[in-house]
Amino acid sequence: MTPDLMEEGARRIAAKAAPVAPGQTESGGRAAGFSRIATPGEVDITHGRILYLEDVNVSFDGFKAINNLSLDIAPGELRCIIGPNGAGKTTMMDIITGKTRPDSGTVYFGSTIDLLRHSEPEIASLGIGRKFQKPTVFEQLTVFENLELALKTHKGVSSSLFFKLDSAQSDRLAEILHTIHLAGSVARMAGNLSHGQKQWLEIGMLLMQDPKLLLLDEPVAGMTDDETARTAELFLTLKGKHSLMVVEHDMGFIRTISEIVTVLCDGSVLAQGTLDQVQADERVIEVYLGR
Amino acid sequence: MTTSTPSLQLPAPAPLLTRTGWSAFIVALIVVCALAPLLNLVVPAGSVFHMSDYAVALLGKIMCYAICALAMDLIWGYTGILSLGHGLFFALGGYVMGMYLMRQIGRDGNYKSELPDFMVFLDWKELPWHWMLSDSFLATLILVVAVPGLVAFVFGYFAFRSRIKGVYFSIITQAMTYAAMLLFFRNETGFGGNNGFTDFKRILGQPIATQNMRMLLFVLTGLTLLGFFLMARWLVRSKFGRVLQAVRDAETRVMFSGYSPLPYKLTIWTISAMMCGVAGALYVPQVGIINPGEMSAANSIEIAVWAAVGGRATLIGPIVGAFIVNGAKSWLTVTAPEFWLYFLGALFIAVTLFLPNGVVGLVKKFGFGSKNKSDDKKGGTQ
Repeated sequence: MTPDLMEEGARRIAAKAAPVAPGQTESGGRAAGFSRIATPGEVDITHGRILYLEDVNVSFDGFKAINNLSLDIAPGELRCIIGPNGAGKTTMMDIITGKTRPDSGTVYFGSTIDLLRHSEPEIASLGIGRKFQKPTVFEQLTVFENLELALKTHKGVSSSLFFKLDSAQSDRLAEILHTIHLAGSVARMAGNLSHGQKQWLEIGMLLMQDPKLLLLDEPVAGMTDDETARTAELFLTLKGKHSLMVVEHDMGFIRTISEIVTVLCDGSVLAQGTLDQVQADERVIEVYLGR
Repeated sequence: MTTSTPSLQLPAPAPLLTRTGWSAFIVALIVVCALAPLLNLVVPAGSVFHMSDYAVALLGKIMCYAICALAMDLIWGYTGILSLGHGLFFALGGYVMGMYLMRQIGRDGNYKSELPDFMVFLDWKELPWHWMLSDSFLATLILVVAVPGLVAFVFGYFAFRSRIKGVYFSIITQAMTYAAMLLFFRNETGFGGNNGFTDFKRILGQPIATQNMRMLLFVLTGLTLLGFFLMARWLVRSKFGRVLQAVRDAETRVMFSGYSPLPYKLTIWTISAMMCGVAGALYVPQVGIINPGEMSAANSIEIAVWAAVGGRATLIGPIVGAFIVNGAKSWLTVTAPEFWLYFLGALFIAVTLFLPNGVVGLVKKFGFGSKNKSDDKKGGTQ
């Protein structure tokens, strides 16, 4: 349990004790109408959390990769995750996206969707996009075709057979192409792009999916300083509309974009706070500099 | 950030075939439907322009192989799944057609019985259950695609659901083919044992060994090949085809983009198997025999060789490959029969080492080196 969750719990208990006005119901510590309808497949963020992990454990052949990890992310938040190698950052993303099943624990998307019950494609369709550590694009397809495949639409076989890009989708595609600075390379093969451009393309593919939560594993690795600065700019514009979880080692980049930084170590949260706070934390210094 | 951006020209969808592609396609259509029958049936046998019956039989056979190579290309070249079991689907289609042709013999067999000769020989008194539909030509046409399709669907569903990939999948398909071969070799399964089916007399009541019937089968095979080519082209240029290529290049990214790869793989796998079944059904009346040897490991591997030699992930490549390899085979097995297998092995090694994109890749490299990328990738037909 993280401190602010505990605080919120305390607030709720306090709110429960207070008299409830007639015609109101208690919902996430706030007053809400009776008629709020939970739609299946729709993310319910009325409780103020878009992602919620509690007491998650994973071990690989006896090695505890994730150890009682509890973490939560608010809608619209840009959360940075740092930590030494082997801290479990990538494994955590594997769990959220359905690639790895935890041994125990709960993982919720919003307050109604249990992510452990869904497969990778389902989780992607629910609105969680993921960028891999190594840029993963379809190298034998053009930039345009890469983005078109990622487009949020029906993803079944029959709809793909008869798929035609409509004008709204074309506009969306053109918009993303400008956002990721690849408008001049529409017809280029993705395999011929530079490393930084592939990173951008992959981010563009995530945006095409229009995800509610983006998981970005080392998004600026291999980028030039200029590209890094533009990526930071992009992420800051995404914040608010989307929730972002960014794993990065580049402290300069984190300083530019971060509000709250979570430090992972040995599969659980070591510290959390602003970058200055965690950098001042003795345990963090110990982990990073060694004893 | 979007309002100020200049409007952007997005690439238009590629046409089914380019202008040159359509011309080449129509030329091929004329050659198959008009020129070949003319040269074979009308031009007298002494003329230099006469097309011999041997050439008709050989080209007809190779066109059946080319259909298999095309089917292999869809699953291997475009989806990245190497099947070493396509010989099974080919043989299944062939056996379905063979059963019908056996029933068409009627009482003209050696034993003058209603039942096929091998059943009389085994002292069977009535047709086994799986021969029930073999008297109907319509049922045969349906079963020619349904049987290989069903086998492929069931096998593919379990294999793909278990996420079996790469070399493991290839080995399992090979094992499946081998198991089926052993099953068909047995006399009691009712498929004629190691002799298989042969000695066909009629098809749809017409004698099968006449020159006209051979020509008809040749034209049908050619039309089927061209039709399948168009179908394959339509498949790979749709978004469906691009998802297949995406599965080949980065399957995890496909999943994290919200696509479930299973139905995609299963669809193309089943289509591919059905195409092989049709090829087998066209092959059997032309060569006049089907036996379990068609399911041997070497046959399935050869299909992959044709696709690789011609050029994977180019639809025309595998067709060209099937013609080159089988042309060389029929020439070499006559002039230097002992060298054929060495030649095949050497060819495969050479293609793997020096021509990763096959013959078509080589032609593109030297012939159309300056063409732009999209043309390069989408390719013409011929």
